[in-house]
Amino acid sequence: MTLYAFYFLSFLAVLSALMVVFSRNPIYSVLYLVITFFCVACHYLLLNAQFLAAVHIIVYAGAIMVLFLYVIMLLNLNQETESQKSNILKFAAVISSGLLMVVIIGALRGVETGVIELGSNSKIGLVKNLGNLLFNEFLLPFEIVSLLLLTAMVGAVMLGKNHMRRAQQIAKNRNGKFADSATNNIKVKELTNE
Amino acid sequence: MNNAVSAAIQGVPLNYYIWLSTALFVIGVLGVLYRRNIIIIFMCIELMLNAVNLLLVAFSAHHGDGAGQVFVFFIMAVAAAEVAVGLAILIVIYNNTRSTDIKVLNKLKW
Repeated sequence: MTLYAFYFLSFLAVLSALMVVFSRNPIYSVLYLVITFFCVACHYLLLNAQFLAAVHIIVYAGAIMVLFLYVIMLLNLNQETESQKSNILKFAAVISSGLLMVVIIGALRGVETGVIELGSNSKIGLVKNLGNLLFNEFLLPFEIVSLLLLTAMVGAVMLGKNHMRRAQQIAKNRNGKFADSATNNIKVKELTNE
Repeated sequence: MNNAVSAAIQGVPLNYYIWLSTALFVIGVLGVLYRRNIIIIFMCIELMLNAVNLLLVAFSAHHGDGAGQVFVFFIMAVAAAEVAVGLAILIVIYNNTRSTDIKVLNKLKW
């Protein structure tokens, strides 16, 4: 039964990943990517990684995808007027990625065979076990990751702030021009009245 | 009841997970090569990271070692940082060029 669940989830994940690439509208791409992420989270559940499944849904489907949706809606990109690559380039992309798949599968054939016992009562993926590992063995990488997140946050805020200042300047210039033209109009009207 | 549940449970060969992750990774590469929209390219990069994550979790479950899952945790943090900075850069590019086409950035190639 778990094998069927595996087949179903894999099929859904690959199908929606293909739809991410081939759907014209970016909003549909984001929604298909959310489906892919949920499938991957269900794979984690099958593999007894409950904590990672929860974190995956929270971080990817909850934070990253919402960020993507915000950007697409802020920039108003939900039209299908995207310039496409030429047919030769598309053909080359499909061929080269197919070749990459052949190479990877050929290289990994028979590397490590074994059967994963799905649904066995292993407690590796629980919070207690992972927390022990994270705060004993991997304490230094954990702290470095926190620094990385802080740096990314500062960088994103700096980039956003710079563009906000420029937009304010543009708006001010525009308002100044409008003000000038308005006063000019008033002067012209006064002159014509006289 | 418990016996019935454990009898219904069976294993999945590790090779299947390798093939699934390879398929997802290759679809990500295909998206990066196929599309011109920067946002779609970002999403395909996320897809590739997810394929690697899935493979790490599969190997972790196979070997009974929790270190692989901790690495997945770190990869998620790096992906979040990458998306935050990348989308900020994307917004600045859009404000300067009014487009999210990678064609406007072709001077970065040389």
